[in-house]
Amino acid sequence: MTTQTSTSTARAAAVLAASALLLAACAAPGGGGSGQAGAAASFEGRGPITYVAGKDTSGTVQPTIDRWNRLHPKEKVTFIQLPTDPDAQRQQMIQNAETKSDAYTVLSLDVVWTSEFAAHRWIDRLPEERFPLGEMLDPVVETARYRGGLYAVPASSDGGMLYYRTDLLKKAGIGEPPTTWAEMKADCAKVRELPEARGMSCYAGQAQKYEGLTVNFAEAVNSAGGTVTDANGKPDVDTPEARKGLDFLVGSVKDGTIPKEGITYLEEDGRQAFQAGKLVFLRNWPYVYALAAKSGIKGKYAVAPLPGLNGPGASSLGGHNMALSSSAENKATALDFIRFFTSEENTATFLKEASLAPPYAALYDDKALTGQYPYLPVLKESILRAVPRPRVVRYGDVTAAVQQQAYAALTGDKSSAQALKDLQAALRKSVAR
Amino acid sequence: MTKTEVPPEATDGPASAPVTRRRLTGNPARAAAGSGRMAALLVSPTLLVLSVVVAYPTLMALKESLYGPKGLDPATGFISDTEPFVGLRNYADILGEAGDRFWNAFWNTTFFTVVTVGLETVIGVAMALIMHKAFRGRGLVRAGILIPWAVPTAISGLLWRWIFNSDGIANTLIGHQVLWTTEGFHAKVAVIVAEVWKTAPFIGLLVLAGLQVIPKEVYEAARLDGARAPRQFWHITLPLVKPALLVAVLFRCMDALRMFDLPYILVGAQKHSVETLSMLAQNEASNVRFGPASAYAVLLFLYVFLIALAFVRLLGADLVGGGAVGRRPRRRREVAA
Repeated sequence: MTTQTSTSTARAAAVLAASALLLAACAAPGGGGSGQAGAAASFEGRGPITYVAGKDTSGTVQPTIDRWNRLHPKEKVTFIQLPTDPDAQRQQMIQNAETKSDAYTVLSLDVVWTSEFAAHRWIDRLPEERFPLGEMLDPVVETARYRGGLYAVPASSDGGMLYYRTDLLKKAGIGEPPTTWAEMKADCAKVRELPEARGMSCYAGQAQKYEGLTVNFAEAVNSAGGTVTDANGKPDVDTPEARKGLDFLVGSVKDGTIPKEGITYLEEDGRQAFQAGKLVFLRNWPYVYALAAKSGIKGKYAVAPLPGLNGPGASSLGGHNMALSSSAENKATALDFIRFFTSEENTATFLKEASLAPPYAALYDDKALTGQYPYLPVLKESILRAVPRPRVVRYGDVTAAVQQQAYAALTGDKSSAQALKDLQAALRKSVAR
Repeated sequence: MTKTEVPPEATDGPASAPVTRRRLTGNPARAAAGSGRMAALLVSPTLLVLSVVVAYPTLMALKESLYGPKGLDPATGFISDTEPFVGLRNYADILGEAGDRFWNAFWNTTFFTVVTVGLETVIGVAMALIMHKAFRGRGLVRAGILIPWAVPTAISGLLWRWIFNSDGIANTLIGHQVLWTTEGFHAKVAVIVAEVWKTAPFIGLLVLAGLQVIPKEVYEAARLDGARAPRQFWHITLPLVKPALLVAVLFRCMDALRMFDLPYILVGAQKHSVETLSMLAQNEASNVRFGPASAYAVLLFLYVFLIALAFVRLLGADLVGGGAVGRRPRRRREVAA
């Protein structure tokens, strides 16, 4: 009998141990205190540093670092590649910061992470006079600021554009691409009367419940004159303007302007539908331009700035900024390297070889570059009119709330008025805590 | 993550402990004391490793769950350096307003576990019976059945996302368009289909191991007595394969309760219709709220623990007898095969 009890106790203990391992796997790395006390960094020390970014699929980062290393043999930079998935990159950078490790020096941050990293003091405030910010496009520089201070330096940007079928518009007798939503819908109606446009849908963006929906929602709201959050991160989305923006998306899904399956589209799904001739208009990033040239619609499309309610719309911004980890060493070298990496010359190389949109205004008008990338003038216009996505500390919560409410409105679970009201309440809560 | 390696290692405990203990009771007291010390010595490295990788993180998670998220100082715009101690508030919140999301995740987790493990058991046993039959091309069938189990979950998530795409093959087959990856019950169905496809072979594999040690003579005797196939299955196959089947189902339950990657990749994060407790904990942690994340993880841990304990207690009688001793070598052989 005693064996019986002891075996069952042992078994219970083993089960406990097994489940505990599961817990260990699920539990997050607990952090005690974090962040450096002093905000004023001194940027001292020279020596080897690291540059941390997502996986470089274009193969242009290492050659640039090699060039730096040849010029600075005593201050070599090692390239640490993180996974392609942005969430995984952010996770690893946060872990590095929470443990106050000096393994990461210069971080390549997605534009929407700036506020969070700055507020946690995971990155240092940078001296503005050291960087040629005046030559960069203003909205791009804005993405690198938190509460007025500069916490990162733009390395690349990205803006949304309206792709459209030139052949179909021409055949329908339309000379210019639409600048407003109403024009776009009217153009669609004309195009869809053509025999070759049978079965085509009008428009698609990214409406699946993920970051792309936040981008598209913010664009719709900003293009109608509304805001999601103001420059200080205060939510102000329960307004008539914002409602007109959301109503454009909701109405488009309802009346079939956006196809039914449009609410499952990520960037790639939309691109494929456009390339397969299923869409007249598509909202997407510049990367589509080169890929579509290799598809069946080669030579039959062009780009225009995004349309809005009463005129051209406002894009959201993508891209990456370079920041300096507050727990790093050799910060003097790091500052020099950030300057080098974000210089006009190097960003031009990234544009030429990896088609990354540069932060510098002058490059968009460069003859040689516009020859290679005919969309550059349109992209410049898009970025100049762009409004960055909400710049808030708890970006993860804010984008989740936006996705939740915008998606509920798109699928008809809520009226757009109710969705915006709930969104305002949710945003207030996540900004306050 | 090392999740998949967890259950086999953990069951070494219950399986080997009874064997040594039973032998001890039969021996004289002095020898027992000596070999007891020897046993303790031999087990100590394992216990040390377990305490480092299991006990320490568990205690840390318990402690962490008593702290709240760091606050934002509105004047400076900086997040405070320390996490406030909130006691049991993270747990109490589950009963309040924020609890909706927790309970939704809790029911999703439970629903997925019950439905997937149920389906997997039926399909897995059928697979094992097929794999056990001697016929031409058996090797091919066995390999075919086992392939889904060999595919990493993340990859199978991508694969099924493709299948469940709006113009994917699933919609072509059923002949009308279902938007599988949008919110709704269909998203749950998509996850269940993918999960069952992937893990039914696991149950099949363990049950096959169980089938292989049933002596042929038993079936011969049954046939002589005039028992037909269904009767043989219910009265010979199933009772004899039960120990192996129970272990397989227990593993699957523990696995399914902490389901994360499949719904995350197939349907997406933030989708309330498929959000599981693991996804909820991950979401909190990724938003740098380690306190609530740990609290959710602790609750999931307790849930898994209770289910596992109930399993062992309610069905344990079968595991203690000859089954427990016979089970180990059988499984070893299968893994080696």
